[in-house]
Amino acid sequence: MSNLSPDFNTETDVSDSIILTAENITQVYPGTVALDDVSYNVRKGKVNVLIGENGAGKSTLVKILAGVQPPTSGKIFLDGIEIRPRSPLEATRLGIGMVFQEMNLCDNMSVVDNIFLAREITRRDGLISRRSQRSSANELLSKLEQNIDPDELLGNLRIGEQQIVEIAKALAQDVRILIMDEPTSALSAAEVDVLFRVIRELKARGVAIIYISHKLEEFTEIGDYVTILRDGRKVAEEELKNVGMTWMIKNMVGRNPATLYTRQEHQLGDVLLKAENLTLPRTGGGYLLDDISFELREGEVLGFYGLMGAGRSDLVECLAGARPHATGSIWLYGEPVTASTIEGRIQSGLVLVPEHRQRDSIVPTRSVQENMLLASLRRYLRGVFLAPAKERAATDRQIDNLFIRVANAHQPITALSGGNQQKVVVAKGLLTQPKVLLLDEPTRGIDVGAKSEISEIINRLAEQNHGVILVSSELKEILAMSDRILVMSKGKITGEFTHQEATEEKLVAASAIGHGPSNGGNHHGSGS
Amino acid sequence: MAQEASTKQVQAKKRRNITRTDVQSFLLRGRAFIALILVTLAFSILAPQFMTTANIVIMSKHIAINALLAIGMTFVILTGGIDLSVGSIVGMVAMIAGGLINEGIIMPRFGIIIYPHTWMIIALSLILGTLAGTLSGYVITRFNVAPFIATLGMLYAARGIAGLRNNGYTFPNLVGRPEYGNTGFEILGAGNFLGVNYSIWLMIILTLLAHVMTKRTPFGRHVYAIGGNENAAELSGVRVSRTKIIVYSISGLCSALVGLIIASQLVASHPLTGDTFELNAIAAVVLGGTSLAGGRGSMGGTLIGAFVIGVLNDGLVMMGVSSFWQKVIKGSVIVVAVIIDQVQARMQERIALQQQQELG
Repeated sequence: MSNLSPDFNTETDVSDSIILTAENITQVYPGTVALDDVSYNVRKGKVNVLIGENGAGKSTLVKILAGVQPPTSGKIFLDGIEIRPRSPLEATRLGIGMVFQEMNLCDNMSVVDNIFLAREITRRDGLISRRSQRSSANELLSKLEQNIDPDELLGNLRIGEQQIVEIAKALAQDVRILIMDEPTSALSAAEVDVLFRVIRELKARGVAIIYISHKLEEFTEIGDYVTILRDGRKVAEEELKNVGMTWMIKNMVGRNPATLYTRQEHQLGDVLLKAENLTLPRTGGGYLLDDISFELREGEVLGFYGLMGAGRSDLVECLAGARPHATGSIWLYGEPVTASTIEGRIQSGLVLVPEHRQRDSIVPTRSVQENMLLASLRRYLRGVFLAPAKERAATDRQIDNLFIRVANAHQPITALSGGNQQKVVVAKGLLTQPKVLLLDEPTRGIDVGAKSEISEIINRLAEQNHGVILVSSELKEILAMSDRILVMSKGKITGEFTHQEATEEKLVAASAIGHGPSNGGNHHGSGS
Repeated sequence: MAQEASTKQVQAKKRRNITRTDVQSFLLRGRAFIALILVTLAFSILAPQFMTTANIVIMSKHIAINALLAIGMTFVILTGGIDLSVGSIVGMVAMIAGGLINEGIIMPRFGIIIYPHTWMIIALSLILGTLAGTLSGYVITRFNVAPFIATLGMLYAARGIAGLRNNGYTFPNLVGRPEYGNTGFEILGAGNFLGVNYSIWLMIILTLLAHVMTKRTPFGRHVYAIGGNENAAELSGVRVSRTKIIVYSISGLCSALVGLIIASQLVASHPLTGDTFELNAIAAVVLGGTSLAGGRGSMGGTLIGAFVIGVLNDGLVMMGVSSFWQKVIKGSVIVVAVIIDQVQARMQERIALQQQQELG
């Protein structure tokens, strides 16, 4: 019906032939070499995995391939012909599409308008054909098994749903090479499965996938070839079936993966936090949080697992005072928490490290130090003025304690890698001297080394008798780090497991309660 | 061998680039100051009377007025807002103060007229201007109205009140009468301390105060954080609404002060006092390197910006450049300044990227 169906090139001949070659790519920024003479082959009908720590040059390389920026030197060949894409649009015309890590979507536009942005389907009279756009969008979204209304404003979707839209947008471009820069960082396990199914389908049609992720276990499932970058150089290129996880991590960081997550058994203390009947209505009916009650002990790491939209972020935001419409009661050490503002909750001892670092955590125009001290400025006063010596001391201590890699505390926060930015945000929370630290996806989109360091920080907090609430979509992480795990689904707690009891299967099963055909999708039917 | 050579080359390039980058970034950072020196030098050569004491005194008074408005404006712009109402508040406050001196407070119920003391008049006027700013801030935060719109409304309303106060007529001869105890208003505009006009002292003192407030108090940090990322500020426990209301109030206070100074200098208040002053104030802020998007900028920069605008204004007049050309030149200078600002931002981004890569 439309000229832009979400079906893909119907090439049947799938071979190991190389479709795209990048030769001797060097990218020099003033004073630094982001990519140093990297050659890279992309194979048709395969998932070409690209891994490396933050700052290794992965994103730079794929941005060059996708036309976002030209390389300082080096050549790109598509089917043996040299190409020089100067913009993402040009690259798309050549058949190279990209799912961006930092989502390139417009909050103020509908899902369907985002999917077809700059590639609008027009009728003969030049106007946009809303009907064919909507039907194509519906087809794409149903292929991704998402129940997203194409006319919904993008800004009203959760991050995970937005990421699905970003993927749909790339699929709509009907490309031969699809670059995916961390497509799963905000997706739940079930959605990752759907994405992988779509990827396999694309492979079967001969589409070459370039796949970047920090979740190494994903590659073994879908990857075919792996290329490892370290410090701007290519250190290895292998067929994935010949190598193991240990080999990959060693090549990436030169360290033993067994030490990735640390968790020490320790005694739990008194009940620190008690929440009762937390309820948060959803605009347009239903509940984001439906009568949630739980307890947290001193020194306990309490994990919250669930699918996207299960209400985990809403829960920690309620505790942090960021949801004024929430009802319910909270006690800290048996004392009711009366403060309802964010500032008041921080003073009571509840502080949130938000899920979305760029949007909610960092002030990009300011320095590392200013970002770190923002929530606790009253602690560095002498009279009415900030005392630079006190500020400096607090900053330096956190930089040491949290292994933050900075040249100096006054450099802009945007000069740090994602992992180090996240550690600054954690430091900002710690400096408020919280009783309970609320961590919402604290390791999302950061490299293995930083993940390991964050897990170490969480452990240390637990040892110091803090309470930690850890929201995570990464099963391995939540299983490794939590003393106890609560699983949420559709605004309710649907499972509780101790560290010893919990397994991936149990968590996934509990997170699906209230979903699926067996239950008719009725979220009121999950009470027991 | 070849590889070794190329590595060396890259390293050499690295070193050279850093030094060049450093020089460039130094020039870009100091650009407003460099521009000020160049403009001043040019006018000293082109207009012989430019560097005379008399002219410098007059020019400084002009600059002080714009600088005072620009200080308040800087607070607002640092939060990512804008205040279009400053010129109108200048006019409104001038008219209210003029009325208080010449007509006093008429209380028909009791058949009496109260003539407040001059100090009282100054205090009441400052409070009025501040409250006008507070109202803008309240409308912006409470009803989520865009700052542009809320202060545009205040621009019209305050100018209207300025006209209404005396049916569009001037309050002349604001000297007061000894028997009413309201004399001395003209001293604010004409008075000197150590041979320097009060308005210039006020500019110096308020710039220093504002500088310390932005750099050394939690309030200042909150202002920068709100402009840089309002969500992050909110989630860090910053009281965003309160802080915003305060910055608009500060801007109102600065406007009121300027209204008093002008009325006092002229010993009269006219309903059109301060017309379009908001544009000069915004120009000074922007020239001083403060980003209209918020979160980046400084009071020192604003002061230099005000000097550039002032020197340019008076210098062009003295050179006999037609007022039409003056506007064209001023407009171009402002836009070029913002272009350079963008160049600097892009460069800083590159430097940031470079540091990130170096740290790994």
